[in-house]
Amino acid sequence: MSLAQKTAFQLLELYRNKKASEEEALTDVVSAVHTKDRDTRSIHAYIDLEHSTPLQKQVSGPLAGIPIALKDNICVEGREATCASEILKGFVSPYSATVVEKLLNAGAVIFGRTNMDEFAFGSSCETSCYGPTRNPRDPERVPGGSSGGSAACVADDTAIASLGSDTGGSIRQPAAFCGVVGMKPTYGRVSRYGLIAFASSLDQIGPITKDVRDNALLLSVIAGHDSKDSTSANVSVPDYLKALEDTKLSGMKIGYPLEIQKDLTPDAAKLMTEAVKILEKKGAVIDRSITLPHTKYAVNVYYIVAPSEASSNLARFDGVRFGHRAAATANLLSMYENTRGHGFGAEAKRRIILGTYSLSSGYYDAYYVKAMKVRTLIKNDFDEAFKKVDAILMPTAPSAAFKLGEKTKDPLEMYLSDIYTISANLAGIPAISIPGALSEGGLPLGLQFLAKPFAEETLYKIAHSYEEALK
Amino acid sequence: MKHIDLAHVARLARLRFSDEELKKYEAQVEEILKFVDQLKAVNVEGIEPTSHPLKLSNVFREDMPAPAFSVEEVLKRAPRSRGRFFEVPKIIEDKTR
Repeated sequence: MSLAQKTAFQLLELYRNKKASEEEALTDVVSAVHTKDRDTRSIHAYIDLEHSTPLQKQVSGPLAGIPIALKDNICVEGREATCASEILKGFVSPYSATVVEKLLNAGAVIFGRTNMDEFAFGSSCETSCYGPTRNPRDPERVPGGSSGGSAACVADDTAIASLGSDTGGSIRQPAAFCGVVGMKPTYGRVSRYGLIAFASSLDQIGPITKDVRDNALLLSVIAGHDSKDSTSANVSVPDYLKALEDTKLSGMKIGYPLEIQKDLTPDAAKLMTEAVKILEKKGAVIDRSITLPHTKYAVNVYYIVAPSEASSNLARFDGVRFGHRAAATANLLSMYENTRGHGFGAEAKRRIILGTYSLSSGYYDAYYVKAMKVRTLIKNDFDEAFKKVDAILMPTAPSAAFKLGEKTKDPLEMYLSDIYTISANLAGIPAISIPGALSEGGLPLGLQFLAKPFAEETLYKIAHSYEEALK
Repeated sequence: MKHIDLAHVARLARLRFSDEELKKYEAQVEEILKFVDQLKAVNVEGIEPTSHPLKLSNVFREDMPAPAFSVEEVLKRAPRSRGRFFEVPKIIEDKTR
């Protein structure tokens, strides 16, 4: 058996008992990538292997010798980071993200850049300028997005674990589609210094792993306050692994919102029935009366707020200081227009247009301010619900992974595949997706738990208990 | 009712579109805006806007000098530079637009 198939915990134990070495593990991961992920016709979780020489700075630490893959929007000093966009091709970062420093200080080996939707704009990994990633569970299907590469490599055993980023579901939905574990931490839990910004009031970095225990370990390493990110919270980081010691859920109250119970697809209904049964068996009390009346507007709010912030963040890509510049331009204005016209893909342009429109004179109050007010109502719904329950339960996505090309023609249909994930970003709360059940067609269905701010421990406890029950 | 004058917004966003693209994007963005308009049904009287999920206001730090990137380090990432400067095309008033 290849060591690439192991979890981080399994590898650490093998290292401790001298049954395997860090070099052997890395060799196995590299060779798995070269056999399974060699070109764009394969799963294509990784963008390039040439510039993926492993990077390690410490030989000891909680992640000593564990290879970790990074999404292409997380900066590593001296390495390319391009957000899977033509406009950033060839950009070599002058500094490392705080999460990268933390991983390196913990002994991890940084290996590989994973594919993503361009600038994280998408739910299928199909908007990448490098071509799409495929789902290892069924290569005709998408891996989800935007962190599609980060989820696919973990599912395909071409990585031990990875980091992704989540603005509206970009960690959880691909984790669900690929059958792995993905955590979007509380807004402010993990520093975003060195994460190329998409929507600054929503973005969070989080781990994607083969099981809940690895996920808790990775978050323990990357979480915490950082003076380089003024939005990172000065809240102490608990030992997330402690939360996994007791797998009983007695005394735990989990809400199953009324609004979610209605309008479930057959696959989602099957998932929820099985999930409720398992959680009750573990001792949790399911509260079916909690209500989140405004979450039905989450997608509407998101497609004002996120593009508005994106249009502002992406203004920096102008062909002056870094990245791509269009050739032969007559003056500065046409240089900007041509550079951005060539450099950005279709979805990026749509979002920049939407955001620019929402923020433009005459529409700002009707769109942006209105959306921010409805965002308050969505957040209030969660505040009320968490007075009654410890966590909330819902599917991660309405369906299992869809086919490549199935939703690319209709942007709105693609947007609606995030209906269950977006509200956690708008409210700033943590949420985790774990493999919950299999669809009629045998594909993974993600089960999502949400909790109040900084209650990642609660999520790990419930998720771990559920995972144990499935074994 | 049409929402958006795409050519105008594209100019604000500094994005070049061909005529064909303008038509395509305009139709798509119209659809999305129609969907977003469902928000008009929500009563938000007396509700404060949330721009940020944490209740953070200004975050201050000591104003201490710290090392920064050298000019060379920064300029080597620029598409074009000359001496200690970024080089850009002539900045002239364009009366044709």
